[in-house]
Amino acid sequence: MTHQTLELEGMSKSFGGVKALDDVDFDLVEGEVHALVGGNGAGKSTLMKILTGVYQADAGVIKVADKVGAIRNPTDAMKNGIRMVYQELSLIPYLTVAENIFLNYEPMRRGTIDKAQIVSKTKALLDELGIDLTPDQKIVDLSVGYCQLVEIAKALSAQASILVFDEPTASLTSSEVDKLFELIRLLKSRGVSIVYISHRMKEIFDISDRITVLKDGRKVMTAKTEDLDIGAVIDAMIGKAAERNFEWTPRDVPVGDEVRLEVENLSGKILSDVSFSLNAGEVLGIAGLIGSGRTELLEILFGLRKASGGRLRIKGKDVQIASIKDAIGENIALVPEDRRRKGLALIHSVKDNILIASLNKVTKNGLLQNKKAVEIVEQSVSEHSIKTGSIDTIVGMLSGGNQQKVLLSKWLNTHPDILLLNEPTAGVDIASKAEIINFVRKLSLGGTSAILVSSEIAELLAVCDRILVLNDGRVVRSLKRDAIQSEEEIQHAIQG
Amino acid sequence: MPYKGNHMERLIRGASKINIQENIVYFAFVIVVIFFIFTLGDRFLSVVNILNIARQTAIISIMAVAMTFVIASGQIDLSVGSIAALSSLVVALCLRETDSLVLSVLVGLFVGTLIGATNGLLATKVGVPAFLVTLGMMGIAKGLAMWITNTMAVPIMDKDYNVIFGLGTVAGIPILLIWTAVVLIAGVFVMHQTPFGKKILAVGGNETGARYSGINVERVKMLAMCLTGAAAAFAGILYAGRMQAGRFTFGEGDELTVIAAVVLGGTNLYGGTARVVGAVVGSLLIGVINNGLIILGLSVSQQIIVRGMIVILAAALGLSARKR
Repeated sequence: MTHQTLELEGMSKSFGGVKALDDVDFDLVEGEVHALVGGNGAGKSTLMKILTGVYQADAGVIKVADKVGAIRNPTDAMKNGIRMVYQELSLIPYLTVAENIFLNYEPMRRGTIDKAQIVSKTKALLDELGIDLTPDQKIVDLSVGYCQLVEIAKALSAQASILVFDEPTASLTSSEVDKLFELIRLLKSRGVSIVYISHRMKEIFDISDRITVLKDGRKVMTAKTEDLDIGAVIDAMIGKAAERNFEWTPRDVPVGDEVRLEVENLSGKILSDVSFSLNAGEVLGIAGLIGSGRTELLEILFGLRKASGGRLRIKGKDVQIASIKDAIGENIALVPEDRRRKGLALIHSVKDNILIASLNKVTKNGLLQNKKAVEIVEQSVSEHSIKTGSIDTIVGMLSGGNQQKVLLSKWLNTHPDILLLNEPTAGVDIASKAEIINFVRKLSLGGTSAILVSSEIAELLAVCDRILVLNDGRVVRSLKRDAIQSEEEIQHAIQG
Repeated sequence: MPYKGNHMERLIRGASKINIQENIVYFAFVIVVIFFIFTLGDRFLSVVNILNIARQTAIISIMAVAMTFVIASGQIDLSVGSIAALSSLVVALCLRETDSLVLSVLVGLFVGTLIGATNGLLATKVGVPAFLVTLGMMGIAKGLAMWITNTMAVPIMDKDYNVIFGLGTVAGIPILLIWTAVVLIAGVFVMHQTPFGKKILAVGGNETGARYSGINVERVKMLAMCLTGAAAAFAGILYAGRMQAGRFTFGEGDELTVIAAVVLGGTNLYGGTARVVGAVVGSLLIGVINNGLIILGLSVSQQIIVRGMIVILAAALGLSARKR
């Protein structure tokens, strides 16, 4: 076997009693691409944060180039040649490619930055890597794909020998993906080792040498890519049926007859020709990878984006949803992904957050009715078992699961006819996940229609009456819940 | 275990969690007052002097109430001092030409609100940062104030006006103090008892989140700017009443004193929190310090230095409040 560049042995990490990683081993050989696969919360990002020094493991040994070395902080990781490749975050938009690559390491000449040297070195580096950019182009003018290539060049100029990619192709076009893979192959041949995190099986099988699967914080397997097929990896990701957290229980109340929402030939930036309908009390699941158009669909329905074509009908009437105001007027609610940025004001109290979307319900003659407000909030808190010191506690102090329940309460108090949910259980502990999913079910029995986007197929299977599978903006499958035999079936459809 | 509403428990929790940083203005106020009582004695603690402080700080306090809304919504307004100057002249001219008190005051308020609305439009629809819009507007309003009378002051002969908006007293209380109380009560009420106050805080606390909640973010920001415009115009009306004239130098430098008062009062400089009462106490604190320094015999230049230090102190407090 070739030279071992990195070994992680027995990595464990807990957050407030919840084990995010449990005795995980992971290693990297010089010049290999090692894919890391697993569902949300499987422990991939925790493992990589330990590797890049953002987190400290509770237990375990890290060996870099056979030396037992503690990686205590991001600087240690960088000294050991370990770099995370971000998509665009770490580049300064109004500086040039060359200035970004040498940022903070500028060669000096007589007390000033040696610009000529920066440009010539950058040019040499770009040529060597086959990146068709010039050193003086500004980052702000580049596409996401090229930004990523610049990131890689930057890492290599700083002598990186281990690169970590997290979903690098999520927002790339297919020609950009080809360019990225070409570069990755070149790096391999030069002995750079790569950790490649992705949900896209085809890409993983295209580029990786080995695959490690994580599930619920444990390593399920590591094997050579050539010895595996997509089915085997999906099986490992999903685990045995007995270990699954969510099970479908038949509905007490059948789906209503009223057609609440009809979407006809909807097209957008990614979406093309999407049609479906949603009945009263129905839960429609949307499965698909990031970039498959699933978020765009919800954002069009909530007036955040414009559709380029197609028609929407609500309760049989043609409607235009050009703004959030229009969507709220049609009694649509959206629980957005990324609750910290789009969902909650973290510095505000539980009460203020829960009420902000339904202020009109606690206003009389232009005045807030504090007593009524407290009543509504206290009811939400007990109904959704939100664990909080009081309704005046700052939301930022609550756990992720409780924050998510606050976000859900905020929208449920608007009593929507159509509830849109985008990854409602991301970054949430298992107990809260189950509560949130049960809650969606309870609502649907009460007649609320819901569209649920989730990366976790098990979740979709537990609560959805029907599942649409999106791939590259198109509906590739539309399945009734009782017609679905297994999670694998959906996973295969997602991969296209 | 789900949370059970227990009012007593919540009261106790609230009391034990009084945040010193957010309430620092009250502690500072008490300390500074005690300091001056001990060092200056009766020269500080006389009815005449206290009413004097109240009169001098009233105009700043009124602008600080409105500025609390602007800062809480995540914006800033640097044009208030210049708007006050312009409005004092507009009112004085209008009084001279029409002799109508009501009309003149309404015209003054209208001009201020219009400038505020312009600030708001440029900041929200065009997207120029509020800091730059109002910095530019500070110059424009000041220039207009100098231009319309060629830098001449315009005396106000209307006795009623001067009594109602400057020199009068009600039951021994200076009328400026009564105006301050009216604006303060209105500010507290709007901030805490109306949906508009909640929307201001939501926009300042998380603008994207507010937009996703269906709040018309642009409208809220614009209305906040109209509030400071109107309050600054009212400040100009009071300046004119107190000095019995309109003059382009009124309000010079007030924008910084007002912002300092708001941030000292515990409002987060970056938005999302609002302390309306704190802003007025902040303004009083600055007034007490100014007054005490004068009695102590500090020169004008020394006072300006101390005022600058207060602005920095306020900004530092705002920053550390944000880091929490």
